[in-house]
Amino acid sequence: MKISNETIIEMYEKMVKIRKFENRALNLFAEGQFGGFVHLYIGEEAVATGVCEGLREDDFITSTHRGHGHIIAKGGDLKYMMAELYGKDTGYCKGKGGSMHIADATKGILGANGIVGAGHNIATGAALGIQYKGTDQVCACFFGDASTNQSTFHEGLNLASTWKLPVVFVCENNGYGISVSQARHQNITDISQRAVSYNIPGITVDGNDVFAVYEAVSEAVARARKGQGPTLIECKTYRWRGHFEGDPTVYRPEGELEQWKKKDPIPRLEKYMLENQVMTQDEIDKLNAKIDALVEEAVDFAQASKFPDVSSAVEDVYTDIVEEGRSR
Amino acid sequence: MRELTYGQGIKEGMRIKMLENPDVFIFGEDVGLFGGCFGVTAGLFEEFGEKRVRDTPISEGAIIGAAVGAAAVGLRPIPELMFVDFATVGMDQLVNQAAKMRYMFGGKLKLPMVVRLPSGGGVAAAAQHSQSLEAWFTHVPGLKVVYPSNAQDAIGLMLTAIDDDNPVIYLENKTLYAVAGQVEDEVKPIPLGKANIKREGSDVTIITYGKQVYDSLKAAEILEKDGIDVEVIDLRSLYPLDTEAIFESVKKTHKVVIVSEEAKRGSYAGELAAIIADECFYECDAPIKRVCALNTPIPFSGNLEAYVLPNADDVVQAIKSLF
Repeated sequence: MKISNETIIEMYEKMVKIRKFENRALNLFAEGQFGGFVHLYIGEEAVATGVCEGLREDDFITSTHRGHGHIIAKGGDLKYMMAELYGKDTGYCKGKGGSMHIADATKGILGANGIVGAGHNIATGAALGIQYKGTDQVCACFFGDASTNQSTFHEGLNLASTWKLPVVFVCENNGYGISVSQARHQNITDISQRAVSYNIPGITVDGNDVFAVYEAVSEAVARARKGQGPTLIECKTYRWRGHFEGDPTVYRPEGELEQWKKKDPIPRLEKYMLENQVMTQDEIDKLNAKIDALVEEAVDFAQASKFPDVSSAVEDVYTDIVEEGRSR
Repeated sequence: MRELTYGQGIKEGMRIKMLENPDVFIFGEDVGLFGGCFGVTAGLFEEFGEKRVRDTPISEGAIIGAAVGAAAVGLRPIPELMFVDFATVGMDQLVNQAAKMRYMFGGKLKLPMVVRLPSGGGVAAAAQHSQSLEAWFTHVPGLKVVYPSNAQDAIGLMLTAIDDDNPVIYLENKTLYAVAGQVEDEVKPIPLGKANIKREGSDVTIITYGKQVYDSLKAAEILEKDGIDVEVIDLRSLYPLDTEAIFESVKKTHKVVIVSEEAKRGSYAGELAAIIADECFYECDAPIKRVCALNTPIPFSGNLEAYVLPNADDVVQAIKSLF
């Protein structure tokens, strides 16, 4: 598959954006600038990027608790994301969702989700909506290895395959369900094997190779658009940080993280770009500087924003009912 | 006026909206070819076709979850679970997804969906097919909950529920499906949060809904002979709740009995009692009473089930205890 230089540069930019946003978020969290649960995606950037590059702007995604990468790759704005991490009024969710619940319906982002496996059925429903309306959109559903043990995985894939719905199921196999390694949480190595049960294509790709992800997704998206139903794509990858910030990661064997750091998807793509004259080192440096500035702009925006007025706590529960607040 | 059964009323409400709005569609277990476990959707499959009246796998999580996803992309799905008891299997999708997505996302999404859930006992279906779980749904901010007691209300509430931009839990009592009632030729939508005073009275207020409206009216007739004048309020909508109608009645009668088919412990009836105690304590000149099911699972054997579920005599006794 021939991938244009323009696409390669776009993918590089997305991956670096995710990495830099999250590294900055990590430090801000450590400084105590904001609280809550923060689940970082560092190390897995090639998956979100390769998948979203294969989608159109009017396609949909469902995300997970580890969602920053998906949101950025689908076109989320760093300013509103950072403001949401801070719980500010200008955040994507006006401070009501935080890191785990960022959504942007205008970009087809149907939300990050705090319940492991919840996206399987929601993505299937979005695809049902697409099929019902007769458009050629698709919905990509991100989920982790451990969520494939939830009943929702079976229910979602069963319904989507039975009704030939335009979903691309993207399993980010990062080797762990929180602290429990894949070998300890399921009796298989390749999750793509589970596609057999639904009579749909299942493929395992190197999740740290953005080209491999992009190609697999492009093929799956093409099938979905033609009404040929869902595909299960397993992307093998690794999360560098703990399950959440503050996780001591006592469960990792010694040397495992270091081995995976050698497979960092970002330098890997840089190397390719230099070798194939996609970008010069100078251009790469300039792009990195531009993204640094974007991230700083997002932090400034978040810090300068106000916290939501407490009266807004009772708003947005319903479209038309606002319950009484407190008298204080 | 014309005569329709409760089940036909539910169907008519859906049918009117399906004819009016192509975004409205039905799916659930056996709702299509089979016509629904209780026959409520019979004929709709033939009329609207498989696209709009879909049989699903037995997969409650997928049914509710798919409704959430379809609503999120702009449709107005009407998912049906065969029994309210099966909502347990799709509870994450109802409680953590449908009810919370709008709020979590800062009000940027709307989820118009009507979840039909046949409820209640009295059909020898035992513990896993007979429950009344309205307290679970009314407890969750983000959901609206309605519970019609007759054909006319079934239509009017369905019309409003389908047009509502929020998830609405539409509870149906399965012993009422075949009960016929008078229905206006052209039924108007009934606003959610508007109770119906089924019988005016001055001595005591019964607050109830669903099947217990009938038990309560029967109790009122019995008590009339004893010179007790009973007012019966059919809530129709459990959330939003018509507190105005409730408070007005309590201020008039000063005595309240709440009747529901739920297990009494942790019931919605308890919430109603608490609301009245909060707002109208000094208007009450007797304890607020609840007539509910016993705190057991619903048993199978006819005599056991009848013993566990509340009936008109229980209502009569509760009211007499206040005088």
